[in-house]
Parts: sequence; C-alpha cells; structure tokens
Amino acid sequence: MNFDPRYSGRNFTSVGTRPLRPDGVDKVTGRARYGADFNMAGQLVGRVLRSPHAHATIRRIDTSKAEKLAGVKAVITAADLPDLTDGDAAMYDILDNCMAREKALYDGHAVAAVAAVDARTARQALKLIEVDYEVLPHVTDVDEAMKHTAPLLNDAIFTEGLEEKPAKPSNVTKRTQFGHGDIHEGFGRADFVVERSFKTEQTHQGYIEPHACVANVSSDGTADLWVCTQGHFVYRQHCAQLLGMEASKLRVTSSEIGGGFGGKTHVWAEPVALALSRKAGRPVKLVMTRDEVFRASGPTSATSIDVRIGARKDGTITAAEATLRYSCGPYAGMWAEIGAMTAFACYRLENVRTVGYEVLVNRPKTAAYRAPSAPMAAFAVESAIDELAKEIGMDPVEFRIRNAAQEGTRSSYGPVYGPIGIGPTLEAAKNHPHMKAPLGKNQGRGMACGFWFNFGGQTCTDLNIGMDGSVSLAVGTVDVGGSRASLSLVAAEELGIAYEQVKAVVADTSSLGYNDMTDGSRGTFSSSMATISAARNAIKILRERAAQMWDIPIDDVVWEKGHAIAKGEKYGNLAALSLREIAAASGKTGGPIAGHSELVADGAGVSFATHICDIEVDPETGATRVLRYTVVQDAGKAVHPTYVEGQYQGGAAQGIGWALNEEYVYGKDGRLQNPGFLDYRIPVCSDLPMIDTQILEIPNPNHPYGVRGVGETSIVPPLAAIANAVSNAAGVRMTHIPMSPPRILAAIEAERGGRWSK
Amino acid sequence: MRYIRPLSMEDAVGQLASSPGTAAILAGGSDLLVRMKGGFIEPDLIVDIKAIDGLGEIRETAEGFIIGAAVSCALMGESAALKREWPGVVEAAKLIGSKQVQGRCTIVGNLCNASPAADSVPALVAAGAMALIAGPGGRRTAAVEAVPTGPGKTSLAKGEIIEAILLDRRAPRSGDAYLRFIPRTEMDIAVVSAGVNLTLDEQGVVKSARVALGAVAPTVLLVEEAAEALIGRKLDEAALERLAKVCSGACRPIDDKRGTVEFRRKVAGVLARRAATTAYARAGGK
Repeated sequence: MNFDPRYSGRNFTSVGTRPLRPDGVDKVTGRARYGADFNMAGQLVGRVLRSPHAHATIRRIDTSKAEKLAGVKAVITAADLPDLTDGDAAMYDILDNCMAREKALYDGHAVAAVAAVDARTARQALKLIEVDYEVLPHVTDVDEAMKHTAPLLNDAIFTEGLEEKPAKPSNVTKRTQFGHGDIHEGFGRADFVVERSFKTEQTHQGYIEPHACVANVSSDGTADLWVCTQGHFVYRQHCAQLLGMEASKLRVTSSEIGGGFGGKTHVWAEPVALALSRKAGRPVKLVMTRDEVFRASGPTSATSIDVRIGARKDGTITAAEATLRYSCGPYAGMWAEIGAMTAFACYRLENVRTVGYEVLVNRPKTAAYRAPSAPMAAFAVESAIDELAKEIGMDPVEFRIRNAAQEGTRSSYGPVYGPIGIGPTLEAAKNHPHMKAPLGKNQGRGMACGFWFNFGGQTCTDLNIGMDGSVSLAVGTVDVGGSRASLSLVAAEELGIAYEQVKAVVADTSSLGYNDMTDGSRGTFSSSMATISAARNAIKILRERAAQMWDIPIDDVVWEKGHAIAKGEKYGNLAALSLREIAAASGKTGGPIAGHSELVADGAGVSFATHICDIEVDPETGATRVLRYTVVQDAGKAVHPTYVEGQYQGGAAQGIGWALNEEYVYGKDGRLQNPGFLDYRIPVCSDLPMIDTQILEIPNPNHPYGVRGVGETSIVPPLAAIANAVSNAAGVRMTHIPMSPPRILAAIEAERGGRWSK
Repeated sequence: MRYIRPLSMEDAVGQLASSPGTAAILAGGSDLLVRMKGGFIEPDLIVDIKAIDGLGEIRETAEGFIIGAAVSCALMGESAALKREWPGVVEAAKLIGSKQVQGRCTIVGNLCNASPAADSVPALVAAGAMALIAGPGGRRTAAVEAVPTGPGKTSLAKGEIIEAILLDRRAPRSGDAYLRFIPRTEMDIAVVSAGVNLTLDEQGVVKSARVALGAVAPTVLLVEEAAEALIGRKLDEAALERLAKVCSGACRPIDDKRGTVEFRRKVAGVLARRAATTAYARAGGK
C-alpha cells in the first residue's frame, strides 16, 4: 500500500460542514443500546464482593455458604483467575486489580464475585461469603506515602530511575527526569524567581454510564463479550490473556458509550464476567453500581507539585524546574512521568528540568483521564507563570507570548516541534473580546495554556460500496464524541458523494483487524486517515470498473466529484459514470467494490489551547460562580465543527468541576466517603455558563486534511485558568485544587490575617 | 416485604402499630426508595399514605394552613396563598433536590428523615410550625423542632404518623426567609442553612423573631439568643452583626466531607444575616 498521508491543502466540500450525527435520533429517543442494554436468554446476574478495608491481607475466603444458596450458579475468587501473565508485570497488576489475590489494596478492591439467577439472590450470596482479613496500616495521601515511615504497599518495589539501586523498598516505584540546559546557570541570570508548592486532589472521570458488560462463554471455548468500552480490541487482548483464551475465539462488540474519558480503557468487570460465565456455563451480565464505579474504577492521580521559574526583567524565562509526585493507586504507573513531560511543553526554554515520582497509595488503580496527568502539571506551572508575570509587571498574556514555543523549538520533553498552535492561540486570546470585557466587584479574570501530545496508532478500516451506491464504513475506533459523523464526512469528501450516502458503524473484533483504542485524541485523526486510504483504494477499483465498462485503459480514467471521467478528447462522447452507476453494474464487472486499509497513523501533531475565564467569589462564603469561559484551541482542521466545539466545551466543563468541587474524600479509616454524585460534585447545568469556543486551524502536515486530535487538550488549561481567576478575584493565591468554598474562605481569612469568628 | 396502601389514617396507624418487624412510611419516597435501593434498609412493611383522604391537600382555615403529609413540595410552590404568607417556608421546600424530586418529596418526609441538613426544617422551625400527629392513642400536636432528636432519629412513638404540618395565619408586617449554602447551584445538600421569621411593629421595629440554623448540630437549632439580638431593634448594622456573631457561636458543627467546623461557623452567621435582611424586607421593613 502506498498511501501518502501528507497534507494536500485541498478545498473541502463535506469536511467542515455540520450535518446531524447518524447516532443522534437513537440516542435522544432511548433506542441506542448502551452496555447495560444487552440481554441474552438464560442470562445470570453478576455481582462483586469488595474489600471494606484500605489495606488488608486476605487470610481465607470461604464461599461454601454462598455456593449452597439456591439460585447461585457460580462463585469465583482469585483462584478462578489463575496467573497466566507469564512475567508481564503490567498485566499481572490488571489481573490483581480485577480480583485481589493476597492482599486487598484499597477500599472497593474486588475479592470475590457471584453469578445468580437474579439480583436479590446475588446480593444475598455476597453476604454469605466469609472473608478473613488481617487489616494492615494504610496510606492514602501522596506526600505521606513517600515518607520512610509510611506503610509499604508492596515490599518488592524498589524505586527505579535512581543512580544507585536503593537498599530499602519504597512506595515510590520510579523516578523520571526530563529537560535540557543548565538550570543553575539559568536561575543565576534571573531577576525574579517564583517558587510555589501545589496540591490537587483525586478526581474521577465521572462518566454517566457505569461499566457494564454481558459475557457468554460457550462450552466449545469460544466466547462473546458485549461491553461499554473505548477499545474493544484492547479489551479482547487483555481478557483473552487473563483467561487463557486465543484472542480470535473471543469476539468483543462495543456498545454505545455513555462517556469514558480514559476510564473505559481499562478492564475491571469484564474478565470477572467472563470467568463467571465460564464457570456457570451461562451468559452473565455484570453492571457496576455508581458506588463501585467510584470506589474501584477510574480515578486520576492526586498530586503534589513544586514549581520554580525564573525570568529576567524583560520577561524572558531563564530557567524552570518542577518536581511532580503523582499517586498511582496500588500499582506502578507512569503518571508523574507524563506530568513531567507536559509541564513546560508550552514554552521555549533554554534551561528546564522536571522530575517525576510515581507513588503507590491505598486508593483505586489510577486510570487515564482525558490528557492524563497534564491538567495538574499545567495548574502548577501556569499558576507560577501568572505570578511571575505579576512580579515582573507584565501582562500575563504578553509574558506567555514572549516565551511561547514555536516551530523549531526543542520541547522540554525532548522532541523539536513542527508547526504548532501555542502562539496563535495566545494571539487569538489576546485579541478576543472576552479579554477586554469589564469586571465587577469580587470578580477576577484568569487565563492559562495547555498542551497535549495526541496519538495516532494502529488503525484498520473497511469501506464497502453497496449495489445501490451507498457506502458502509466499518471502523474499529469506538465513537466517543461524534466520530461516526466525522468519518462519514471524510468518506463523502474523498469519494465526492453526499454525506447522507455514507453510513458508518463500529465493527466488532471479529470483523476488522486490530485497532488501538479511542484514546490519545486519536479516534477521528487516525480513523479519518484510514478512511481516506480505504476510500482511495475503493476509488482505484471504481476507476478499473469504469475502464472496463468503457473498455479503455485505466490510466485514462480519473475520479472527480463522485464520478469516473474518461480523460482526453478522444473520449469526448463518453458521459461521466457516477459512483451509483458503477456500483449498479458491479455484479457484471467483477463483483462487490470495497476499499480496505490498515495503517499506523503516525504524526498525530501536538495540540495547544488557551483558555480565559471570569469568576466571581463571594468573600463571605467562598462560593464561586463561573461568569464567562472561552476556549481557544487548534484543531488542525475541524472535520465536524460542532463536535469539535463539543469537545472543547466538554473538556472545559470537566476542568471546571475538577477545579472547583470534585474530589475523592477519604476518612481516617482509608474508606472513600463520597462514592456517589451527591457528594462527588460534578457541575450541574446551572453551574456553567455557555462555554464560548474559537477553533483555530493550523494544518497538521502529517494528515491529508491537516487534522489534529482535539478531544483531550481542552481539559488541560481549566484548573490553572480558574485558579488564576479565583486568585485574582479573592486577592489570594490558591494552591490547592479543588478550590471548594471552605478552602477559598480559609485562604481569604488567612490572607486578611483575621481569625475565624468564634 | 409487605406493601400496603391504607385508605384511612386509623387503618394506617393500626397496621403500623401492630407490625412486628421494621416498618417505613412511604409518601414521596425520595429518601426511602433511595435508601432501599442503596441496600441500607430493607423494611418488612411499607405503609403508603398517599391514598388517605385529605393527606394530599393544603387546606386554609381561619387559624392558618394545614399541609397534608402527602403534599409534594412542588404543590406547595403552586399555592399562591401559602407563598404570600410563608415565602420562606415555600422557598425552603422548593430547594430540595431537583424539580423532579420536588414533584415527589414532602416536608413531612423531610422532617421525619431527621437529617440536620434538611432544607425545609429550619424554615419550619423559624415559622413556629406544628406537627399534627396521629397515633394509637389518638391525635396530638408537637412543635416541629421536637420531632427530630438526632440524625435519622425522631421522637415519634411506634404507630405514630405525622398527618400534617400546621402553619399559623400571619400577623401583619411579618416576613420569613430561608437560605442555605451549597457548593453548587442545585441538586445538593445544605452545608449550612438559616431560617429567619420576623414580625415588625408599625415603626419597623422587630416585635418577635425566630431564628433557626441547619447542618451545624445533630438537629436543627432554634437559636433564641439570635432572636433576642433582633427583637426591639430595627435591622441596623449593629443588630445584624450581633445576630451573625450569636449564630456563629451557637453552632456545634463537625468536620465532614461537606465542610469544616470553621467554615460552618462563619457561614452560619453570614446566612443568618442575609436571611434576616430578606425577611425584614418581606415584612415591609425599611
């Protein structure tokens, strides 16, 4: 296959328009099938027993009483999920997280599961399972966990990445470092230095749809899994490996998805449901409750970050450094590493150093959350940048423009940038009317920048042309944000036909080659590349068929605006053949017409955004109100602008929740205090203003249409932008996220030097 | 589990009194069903009181209002007379949950759920509302503040059902108001709350006052010292300052996932002050 992915600078007909999405009507009328909407005859109800302890050795599990209860068809423990990971440490962690083996490592860790004829019986059975725990000391705070005196989660962990191998085990699994230049020299040249420490609390992705699946293992060893996921091919690999199956014998079908944001890139319930079905010999449906979703799935890292930045009077940054500590839950991760890579990625720095520490705590296993790790690092860095601009006496936008990375800049994490959008988003923000709007009493404005890598990855797509001339597009990337509409637009564009002539579906794992999951903002980027490639392959066949119909050489047939055209004056009397006409004749010209593509979508193109927001703070209560919010972000090319705007708004909304109210609250006993949407406060509609968006289009040179991923970057700046706005409104620097009313009021009172009224 | 839907109060009381296991009363179900679904309780008997004659009505008499135990908070918001006379009580009822929840939930349920953070209770306490209670021994009335005795606990005896909430007719130049603090704009539970009810004389001097605080102690607090700070004065800055101070001092809060001790103390004073200002304006004070 000789597919040329380079940007071609073409004019667009379909791409850039805003048609209705193909999945829209079913979603708004309730017909769409989500994870919990699949059902099979004879299906059992699966339920999971979870540890009530933050840290405990499992001495013994007695399931005999539960097994004897009428209606119980299977009970499983870790013994039913033996270790088949063959030294693959990451897979072993996934296995241990799905079903605790020797120790329960957090409140909510699965220890056993049942499959029964109904939910009531399953619940009763859970109560009959006896687990003998030896409760161990626990640690849930990231800074506490790093202390030498902290309880150890795993005494086989010795910190990696140190110059010498440490003598003692630690909760710190790894140290990583990035940067270049000489920071000591740089700080030596600085006229102003800002040094601050920041904390962010743990948040959950907060997807509205809980994890849900139906597993059906047949006695012949084949199996089906219907599941709500961001990556059914990855789920297939993981489940097959954990259950000792051949991947091709497990067919995974993805349902519609009610939000994932990174949290549905990881298996929790699925291997358990498959193991239950295998043991019971019947289909098993397993739907997590909201309590289970909070206690056992998702969350992002809690962090503790120190930042130091120095600059000259003229506003040039001379040195920057950050130390980032990220909680990973009980298993090794690379969350601090990603934070350390992204922290200063927006800037052109001569001297920069970031150090990351991965820290184990007795909390659920950290999972990706939309641009994972970047928002917390941006919060710390962009807060310090704002403060530094103030000290120098420069406008915060001008200060950032002066130091912004450009094409050719060596990024703080290594690579040299191609054409990038940080400068243009800053210029656009500077000129945005929002920047000049007047502010009232107790109101403050803040702005901040954000970066995300974006990802491409393995992608496989089929494009089939029906005899009626309609096109079905089968993709392997789960549609999390309107990609079926966007990919249909791309197919229509490339083929030169109407959007309505294309129908895109997400194919199951037995119908397409492997696809990486929808993560790294790759869905539309990579699958549109594969769709263009598949369409070009189909066009080649369409041209061949037209040549055959006309009985002329294929080299004389070109494809334009959905038609085969005979090139040259000698064919002047041949009318163009439409795609429909060629398709209608296909039965007599060689059979069905299709285009296939398989590729690794390289060159995803880094992404930048600048956000502006206005916040009002009630100085007597610490209450906040978001008055106005503007997102400026580079999309490369917005395929379906409405869904690009939706991604911008969605990321901002999640960031607002994270900045102001969302947090995991643990009790002294190490148990999660707020595993529900009542006390884990995501914003409700009335908490948010209409979020304004401005799409910039700086073409990605590595994509035929210039597309960049847009899904994640929008959650990177909000924590910082809101912190800057709140700090400006309240007259005190906020360094702890979320900025809940008690934290804001305490900061105001401390700043006033006043005491709490008695 | 047994579900019954009696048609008379006598039947309901009789069934409740003679039930051997745990029993729960169902009106709107916005607390009960949530707790059952969460697996926190599994009552042996559920007595649905919605079919009992008159319980779904708001009646106006010469003495005042009789709000039946099955009257939804949304229905209270549709009663022009109630809103005119007791705007603070109605605004408190209309803050519970969401619009959908308000279509089901009741102020009697809110009271009997016995949460110190219940929204309608401080407003009812400030209003001097009475609970009309039917029981095996006949009917009695009790001050609303005497019903909850601690989180999740009430003074109701076995077999007793609150039939209605009684609110007096208003004296001229009266006003009430309720404010709560939540971190969001809706769909939340009060972190601190304050209800204030005032009657003024012809000169705009506070003649009588009741001040109640929510979510700052195991039960809603009726703060008499706070009322005294207002009585005999116009609502000047010194009176408001004193009110805030007294309210902050009266709190016996805890640190929990919703707020800190310091935060609750401080904001209790702020809310009492703001609620008093609104109540004063509603009473015609200037």
